[in-house]
Amino acid sequence: MTSLRILAASLAITTAMSTAAMAQTELSFWYHGAGNPVEREILVGIIDDFNASQADWKVVLQEFPQAAYNDSVVAAAVAGNLPDIIDVDGPVMPNWAWAGYMQPLQLSEGALDGFLPGAIGEYNDKVYSVGLWDAAIAMYARKSTLEKFDIRVPTLEEPWTREEFDEILATLKASGEFEYPLNLGMADQGEWYPYAFGPFLWSFGGDMVDRTTYETAEGALNGDAAIAFGEWWQSLFTNEYVPGTSQDMADHETGFIDGDYALQWNGNWVAVNTLNALGDDVLFLPAPDFGNGPKIGGASWQFGVSATSANPDGASAFIEFALKPEYLAAFSDAIGLVPATAEAAALTKNYAPGGALEVFYGLSEAQAMLRPVTPGYVFEALEFRKALSDIANGADVVDALDAATDAINADIARNNNYAVAN
Amino acid sequence: MRPSQTKSLQSNTLAGWLMSGPALVLITLFLIVPFLLAFWFSFTNQRLISPNPTQFVGTSNFEQLLGMGTLVLEPETAADGSLLVSESGELSYPRVRDFTRNNPDFQHLNGMREWFGWDWGNSRVLVLARDLVFMKALTNTLFFVAVVAPLQSLIALLLALMINQKLRGINIFRTVYFMPVVVSIVVVSLLWRFIYDGRSGLLNNLLQFLSFGHFQPVDWLGNPDTAMWAIIVMSIWQAVGFHMVIWLAGLQNIPLTLYEAADIEGASSWQKFRFVTWPGLRNTAVLILVVITMQAFALFSQIDVMTNGGPLDSTQTLVFQAVQRGYGQQNIAGGSAISVLLFLIVLTISMVQRYLTRER
Repeated sequence: MTSLRILAASLAITTAMSTAAMAQTELSFWYHGAGNPVEREILVGIIDDFNASQADWKVVLQEFPQAAYNDSVVAAAVAGNLPDIIDVDGPVMPNWAWAGYMQPLQLSEGALDGFLPGAIGEYNDKVYSVGLWDAAIAMYARKSTLEKFDIRVPTLEEPWTREEFDEILATLKASGEFEYPLNLGMADQGEWYPYAFGPFLWSFGGDMVDRTTYETAEGALNGDAAIAFGEWWQSLFTNEYVPGTSQDMADHETGFIDGDYALQWNGNWVAVNTLNALGDDVLFLPAPDFGNGPKIGGASWQFGVSATSANPDGASAFIEFALKPEYLAAFSDAIGLVPATAEAAALTKNYAPGGALEVFYGLSEAQAMLRPVTPGYVFEALEFRKALSDIANGADVVDALDAATDAINADIARNNNYAVAN
Repeated sequence: MRPSQTKSLQSNTLAGWLMSGPALVLITLFLIVPFLLAFWFSFTNQRLISPNPTQFVGTSNFEQLLGMGTLVLEPETAADGSLLVSESGELSYPRVRDFTRNNPDFQHLNGMREWFGWDWGNSRVLVLARDLVFMKALTNTLFFVAVVAPLQSLIALLLALMINQKLRGINIFRTVYFMPVVVSIVVVSLLWRFIYDGRSGLLNNLLQFLSFGHFQPVDWLGNPDTAMWAIIVMSIWQAVGFHMVIWLAGLQNIPLTLYEAADIEGASSWQKFRFVTWPGLRNTAVLILVVITMQAFALFSQIDVMTNGGPLDSTQTLVFQAVQRGYGQQNIAGGSAISVLLFLIVLTISMVQRYLTRER
């Protein structure tokens, strides 16, 4: 009898509690960073702050491992189970927006003032996503190495030119002190290729697709500029300046610190570790200029609202809430990413004026260029990666670029030029 | 007694259906339905992600995959009509892209790429493919099957003969040979990536040690000439234990009396193998050949983990391409078309094998 009463009482209490919580409408939120306790802590902090700050909405977090994240979203979209708030990789956003997975954000006027362009996800003149951070790539070098070989330290105003860069690689190679003069990270065969090497192509004057129409890659990916890029790219491997596609991931991660590679083209996320290992001998240099200015890729993971969300106003309210400088700074301090605004940068350990990574903010601000903002980018990225791998492995440059161009054009045609369905 | 029992089992159809029900539902849901869907998708332009409605496109997916053409290139001539000869004594030919890109006279070759070619007098005959990556995947897969099926069955048989002896501790060998089968293929592939590493891999180190340092390290997976062989060797190493066990089961089914009779007749070991063991293994051999062939056609995980189809498409395979297109490139129709072709190829080969190994 007593046990039954206890059961009844506990049932009543649970019901009462859940009704109390029901006063706030639940908003589900999917995030790609499962397995990273630091990210989770900050994110949960933001969510708790938001849930406590108002009475209408209650955000509930669900995390996924990064490798399975995009598949999960696609599967959920097909099944009609998308959450209210989704996390999306910048260059993929147009694909999802076009497919009808996402809707434009409802942010108040001026909410994105002062944001780095790479942190704002715009497609068809509407903002679909916004990032709390951006990422940046730099040429890692050691001051001591540059001095030893009498190499000029480049600046954003005066980056290395192509001739200068080739000479530097030749000098470093000839010295025989390094296994390879430059580490490009060929081991990392994912989005890294278009993100890290696309900017070289852009600096040569080529592109993965003609950005005026986004309807063809002819002339952009196989024009004279792109062919010049391809020949230069191949020369890196025939001259053995750079380890090839079979590079070991472990060598990629430790090679620069161990002194096997003299230079390294890598992102700001390894900067803290490198600084810890090498101290102030390490330099973060701008990209070489191949004719059209130094370029790096912009846009990292961003937050957006799913098209099927019943409460887009609440979802947007959460995203706007999360854009506060202190949260931007917290993420940057925890995972080393570039905070999306100068105001937030001033609050961080590393990106504040005089901070160890301050230079990355400048690199991002001055050189960042978005990867093609089109739903077809997902396909273009794959073809670009294949062409670059093939050229590195000795394929005919023009044929490899032609093949990628044809494949991209066929994909665009298959999708009615990626026209927005009405 | 016996006939009536059979009858009662047959009359109780409801129980039978109920018992096979769960399995039938699962097979229908996860094998038959996806297969029929793939068949249907291969005639449409189905996408993984798209706001556009799916349309029926007939056989264009297959035409795209299988399209081929030939082109005869005439050597370039100087203004006076004489042949241009390079310093190394070779004739020079115009570039293929002059014919395959926006050339109104060669519309039928538009977008094709050079697959292979040969010299014919002074001209050069080229075979072009509309989807070169698919063609390479097809030939690579057939090559893989042609090498792996006989080699793996043979090695498995040798291993089975070796461990089919009554020696002390033979179970240790049986376990060791079988172990790679139990380990996940993804783990095995990762391990072999380290073994094949071009810089400091185990294989290179071992060969250098054995040759007293004369051996030049080879980038096994990074070289188009060695990558497929590297995959073949590790695939056989991984799967051979399973087929060894099947052979072993076959061996142990052969009655000992036959061997005793052969001994009395004074047969040599080879004669015993040729006239007792081998005929006794006939059904096992058929099974193993068919199974290995089918498994070899499904080559995927090793490629996905170790090479991604590279370098220079030297390890592209049909299943890898099907997955790559369906999910990576979001082109479900293209992936389905490859799956359907693969199904037809495997079906044909299996039927030929059945016919050749039929009971005569």
